[in-house]
Amino acid sequence: MNIAEIADRLNFEIVCGSTGKNNMVTWGYTSDMLSNVMGNASEGNLWITMQSHKNILAVALLKELSGIVLVNGHRPDTETVTQAEKEGVVILATDLPAFETAGRLYQLLKENEDIQS
Amino acid sequence: MIFEYQIEGGDFTKAGSASSEVKKILRQLNLEPSLIKRIAVAMYEAEVNVVAHAYRGTMTVDIDTGRIFIAVKDEGPGIEDIEKAMTEGWSTANEKVREMGFGAGMGLPNIKKNADELKITSTPGTGTKVEITCFTRL
Repeated sequence: MNIAEIADRLNFEIVCGSTGKNNMVTWGYTSDMLSNVMGNASEGNLWITMQSHKNILAVALLKELSGIVLVNGHRPDTETVTQAEKEGVVILATDLPAFETAGRLYQLLKENEDIQS
Repeated sequence: MIFEYQIEGGDFTKAGSASSEVKKILRQLNLEPSLIKRIAVAMYEAEVNVVAHAYRGTMTVDIDTGRIFIAVKDEGPGIEDIEKAMTEGWSTANEKVREMGFGAGMGLPNIKKNADELKITSTPGTGTKVEITCFTRL
């Protein structure tokens, strides 16, 4: 599944970096610790976090993540939005907390996996 | 090929920019994607360590056939006990840094995991030098 389909199905808002909306999502990863993501997330993962500052972009780029979902109604600041547009990092947003965001994403990706297998 | 980047201590708005630049270069050189990923993680962590802990630093990247060598040298407080600093979860980062999601005590362990060779030398009160080597598949 790609970012656009996930955003549509789970009602996530695409805040910026929509050039990345066709990125394929391999799996999800949830953490607010940047080094934890650097150490454990894999390429194509959709990263669920409440961190909304500019540094999340470098992590997403260096790890080649498919995108970022900001939870609990967090929105990126102007600087982050400008940089995300420039680098093509897609940022989604939801008012749901991380637990529910991850739960819904997990279910959707699993269902999709079952359909394809 | 040698590239050098300046890293400003405390300036989180630019943290990771040197690593992103180097990653672009490595991709242009058509190195193995898995090797690029390992180098990217290792150098990012080393760069962030300078931003989080030191006053200023330089990152020197030496690309040669057979290996990529990265030296991150800073002027800063140094590391009192390197063995302790290598322990997962151990960090001296301040509250502000931790709130941003840094300072999980994963930086040096992440570097170790991704580097083929890692050498850390430090003089408390003066600074730290982190040397990372990753070998390319011949």
